[in-house]
Amino acid sequence: MSTATHKLLKGSTGDWEMVIGMEIHAQVTSNAKLFSGASTAFGGEPNSHVSLVDVAMPGMLPVINEECVRQAVRTGLGLNAKINLRSVFDRKNYFYPDLPQGYQISQYKSPVVGEGEVLVELDGGRSVTIGIERLHIEQDPGKMLHDQSPSLSFIDFNRCGVALMEIVSKPDIRDAEQAKAYVTKLRSIMRYLGTCDGDMEKGNLRADVNVSVRKPGGPLGTRCEIKNMNSINFIGQAIEYEARRQIEIIEDGGQIEQETRRFDPDKGETRSMRSKEEAHDYRYFPDPDLLPLEFSQEFVDELKAKLPELPDQKKTRFVADFGLSAYDASVLVAERESAVFYETVLDKLANRARDGKMAANWVINELFGRLNKEGRDITDSPVNAEQLAAIIDLIGEGTISGKIAKDLFEIVWQEGGDPRALVESRGMKQVTDLSAIEKVVDDIIAANPDKAAQVKDKPQSLGWFVGQVMKASGGKANPQSVNDVLKSKLGV
Amino acid sequence: MTDLTSLTLAEARKGLADKTFTSLELTDAHLSAIEAARVLNAFVMETPDQARDMAREADAKIAKGEGGPLAGIPLGIKDLFATKGVRTTACSKILGNFVPTYESTVTSQLWRDGAVMLGKLNNDEFAMGSANETSCFGPVGNPWRREGSNTTLVPGGSSGGSASAVAALLCMGATATDTGGSIRQPAAFTATVGIKPTYGRCSRWGIVAFASSLDQAGPIARSVRDAAMLLRSMAGHDPKDTTSVDIPVPDYEAAIGKSVKGMKIGIPKEYRLDGMPAEIEKLWGEGAAWLRSAGAELVEVSLPHTKYALPAYYIVAPAEASSNLARYDGVRYGLREQGKNIIELYENTRAEGFGAEVRRRVMIGTYVLSAGYYDAYYLRAQKVRTLIKKDFEDCFAKGVDAILTPATPSAAFGIGEKGGADPVEMYLNDIFTVTVNMAGLPGIAVPAGKDPQGLPLGLQLIGRPFEEETLFSLGEVIEQAAGRFTPARWW
Repeated sequence: MSTATHKLLKGSTGDWEMVIGMEIHAQVTSNAKLFSGASTAFGGEPNSHVSLVDVAMPGMLPVINEECVRQAVRTGLGLNAKINLRSVFDRKNYFYPDLPQGYQISQYKSPVVGEGEVLVELDGGRSVTIGIERLHIEQDPGKMLHDQSPSLSFIDFNRCGVALMEIVSKPDIRDAEQAKAYVTKLRSIMRYLGTCDGDMEKGNLRADVNVSVRKPGGPLGTRCEIKNMNSINFIGQAIEYEARRQIEIIEDGGQIEQETRRFDPDKGETRSMRSKEEAHDYRYFPDPDLLPLEFSQEFVDELKAKLPELPDQKKTRFVADFGLSAYDASVLVAERESAVFYETVLDKLANRARDGKMAANWVINELFGRLNKEGRDITDSPVNAEQLAAIIDLIGEGTISGKIAKDLFEIVWQEGGDPRALVESRGMKQVTDLSAIEKVVDDIIAANPDKAAQVKDKPQSLGWFVGQVMKASGGKANPQSVNDVLKSKLGV
Repeated sequence: MTDLTSLTLAEARKGLADKTFTSLELTDAHLSAIEAARVLNAFVMETPDQARDMAREADAKIAKGEGGPLAGIPLGIKDLFATKGVRTTACSKILGNFVPTYESTVTSQLWRDGAVMLGKLNNDEFAMGSANETSCFGPVGNPWRREGSNTTLVPGGSSGGSASAVAALLCMGATATDTGGSIRQPAAFTATVGIKPTYGRCSRWGIVAFASSLDQAGPIARSVRDAAMLLRSMAGHDPKDTTSVDIPVPDYEAAIGKSVKGMKIGIPKEYRLDGMPAEIEKLWGEGAAWLRSAGAELVEVSLPHTKYALPAYYIVAPAEASSNLARYDGVRYGLREQGKNIIELYENTRAEGFGAEVRRRVMIGTYVLSAGYYDAYYLRAQKVRTLIKKDFEDCFAKGVDAILTPATPSAAFGIGEKGGADPVEMYLNDIFTVTVNMAGLPGIAVPAGKDPQGLPLGLQLIGRPFEEETLFSLGEVIEQAAGRFTPARWW
C-alpha cells in the first residue's frame, strides 16, 4: 500500500474508511474452451458452440487446453506475480441449470498464480500499489434465457466451459476511485498481453466487489460482496452506495450482516441476494479427472521472454526517451490502441527525438480531443498515424506553423489526403523569406506610427504587431522571423 | 451349433481363421444362448441385428485376410460403457432411454479389432454394489447354484451381468469395470477370469463414471489367455483421458505359458482374517503350493494398513460419486420429474431416478466433503490411501513380483441374503479387492477351486504397476493347476 490519500466518508460519528477487495473474472482469450475443443466465439446461435464435454454427457472427461494455461501464466507475469509450477484443479460443487456437470472446475487451494502487485495511477499524479492475492483458472457456466417463453427457461451453453481467470486482490483498495482505477489498470494490462479482451459489455470482464467500512485505521468491519458487475462506473457507484449503507446501519446501532448483494444500476442501489446462512457449501475437492497442472520454470521463462512491453514499462520509456510528462505518458499508455497509435506516429516521424514530445501533445490534445467530441474510437480515427506524423513533420521542419497545422489537421480530418501535398496545393506554406516579411512589417509600422512609438515603453505591445503581421500574411509568416524582424525594426 | 458357445476365445479365433465356422455362425450361436438364458437377466439390451451386421463384416475381413486380433468374436458390453446409437443407462432409471451419440474409447478399440457386440450387460446401478442387486433392471442370476439347491445366487457385482454372461456361455468375453472389486469379485463368484488393470491402463472416456480416481475398465473372460487377448485391445493411451498413461501396450498373450520360476510371491499376513472360512484358507494354501511347484518363491509380506482400506474406500468412492452423479439432474437428458421450481425438479428427478444404494452413497459422499467434515473424513481417507499405496511399494521394493490373496471372503450368496439390514455386510465382500484400487495396481481373479457346496472360489494376484504380464503368467499357472469350471446348465 502506498500512502496515497484516499476518500473518507463522513458519517454522524466522524470519518469512515472503506476497505475494498475485488475478484475480477476475466474471460481468457483463446480459440477453444478450457476443457473442450468447442469454439469460444461470441454471438453464435444458442448451443452452436457446445461439445459433449461442455454439457456433461455421461462418461465425458475434461482435457486441459494448454493455451489457456499459457494465457494465465502470461497474465500472472504481467501482474508481477509468483507463478506456481504446480497447481491443482478442484471441483466446486453446486446445482444450477447453467452448470451441466453439477460442479465448476476451478482452482481452490493451489492456484496457478500466487501473490503479485499492480501499480495504479490516480488523478493528480498520485498512485497506489494494490496487492494481488492470487489468480486461478476456472470454467464459465452457461447462460439462462428467461425471456424466451412465459413458462419455461432456456439455457445457452455456448459460453459454458469457456476459460476464466479469477484475479483476487488483497483488501488494499480504499475508495471508489482506486477501485475503478484498479479495474482499468488490470484491463489495460490484460489487453496489452492479449490474454483478455476486457470487453465488459459482452461480460468478458466482470467484478465481484467486497466492501466493508471502519474507522480510519481501525479493525476491519464485516464485508458484503456485490456480485457480477460489468461496468467500471457501476463499480464506483455501487461502492459509494454500499459504504454509505453500511455506515448508516452501524451509526444507527445496527450490525452488518455478511451477505451477497446485487447492484441495481437503474436505482443506483445494492440489494441483498443471499445471506451467509444461505451461502452454498461448495464441497471443494481435487478433481480426480485431472492430474495436477505442472510445468517447468523454462516454460515460464519462455513466456516471460516473449511478453510484450506493458503499460508501466512503456510509460517509463516515453518519459525517458521523449521527455513526456508522467501524466501525458500515462494517458498514452492507458489503452493499448492509443499507445500503438502513438508509437506508429513516432515510427513515421522524420525526427522523433526532436518531435516526439510534440507528437504526444498532438495525439493527446488534438486527436483524442477531436475523437472524444465525436464519440469515436482511436481505432477508427479519420486521421491515421501516418497523416498525423506528416503534419508534425511539417511543423517540426518549420514548413507550417502550429496554427496552420490545426487548420491542416481539420482538412485531413474532413477530407483526408496527404498533408504535405495539401500544404503545397493550398498554399499553406509558412513564409520564411525575410524580405517578404520585412515588407509587411514596414507597411504595418508605417500605418501605425503611434503604436510604434509606444513600443519602447511598453514592450508587451510587441505582441500586437506580431498579431497584425501574422494576420496580414494569412498566418503563413514564420512567427519567429516576424518576431526578429519586428524587434530590429522597432529597436526593442 | 450350440458347442460353438463352449469354445474359449482363443479356440474360436483359431476356428474362424481356419474357416471351420464363420463369425455369423458363432454370433448366432451366442444370440440363441442369450435368448435361452433370459431368466439370468444378464443382458439388459440385446442387439442381434447389429451383432449379425458386425459378424458379416468380420467374416468379410477374415476372408480377405484383414481380420483384426478379435475379428468376429462376439462380446457383451457392460451397460456402463457408452455405445453409439445403443441405449446406455448404467442400469439406472435416471438415464432412462439415454442413447449416446458417441462410443467409449475401450469399446471402439474392441470394434476396431473386429469384435462383435451382442448387447449390453446388466450391472449394479452406476456400478455401486457387490451383488448386482441394485440394477434398475433387477438382479442377475448366477449360473452357478449350490449343489442340490434351486436357490438363485447372485453373480457378484457390480459387473454381475458380465460375469454371469461369460460363465453361462452367452458371450465369449465381456467388458467390465472395477472401482473396488467389481471385476474380480463377480469373476470369483462365477469361475471366470477377471482382470482390473493398472489405473490409467485403459481409457475411462465414455464410461459412466462412479469414482474417477478408482474406476478402471477390464475384461471378464473364460480363461486367462482370453483375458489377455481382450485386455490388449481394451488398453492404451487416450488423449481424451488425461489420467490414461502413455506407455506401449504389450502383447499380453505372450506372457501366457512364460515361466514363473524365481518369481517372488508375497502372502500378506493381514489378509488372514479372523473367522475366515476354512475353504478360503485351504484354497489360498493350494494356490501358494501351485505357484511354488511352478518354481516361484513364496514369502510372507506385511501390508499393515490393510484394515483401514475398506473404511477409507467408503469415503473416497462415495465422495467422488456424489460429485460425478451431480450431472444427472433432469435438465439436459435422461429422466425428468417436473416440479414447481428448479429445486423441486432436481429433488423429484433424483429421488425417482436413483435407487436406494446410489442415494445412500451420494449422501455419504456429500457428507464427507461438506464444510467441517472434509478434513476429518475425505482428507484423512486420502492420507490412508497414500499409506496403503506405500505398503505395496515397500513390498515390491523388497523384490516381490506379485501378491497372492483370496479374491473374496466367501462364495456367492443368495439374492437378498446380504446387506438388507446392514449395508456394511455387503461392503465387506470387497475386503480383499479395494486395496488394489486404492493403490491403483493391477489385480487378477482366477478360478481356483470350489467350496463344499460346489460353488466356485477365486484367488487374486496383485501386481506391480503396469506389470499385468506377470499376473497373466502366474494366473495361467493357477488355471492349469486348478482346471477350468463350467456350471451345469439349469436355465
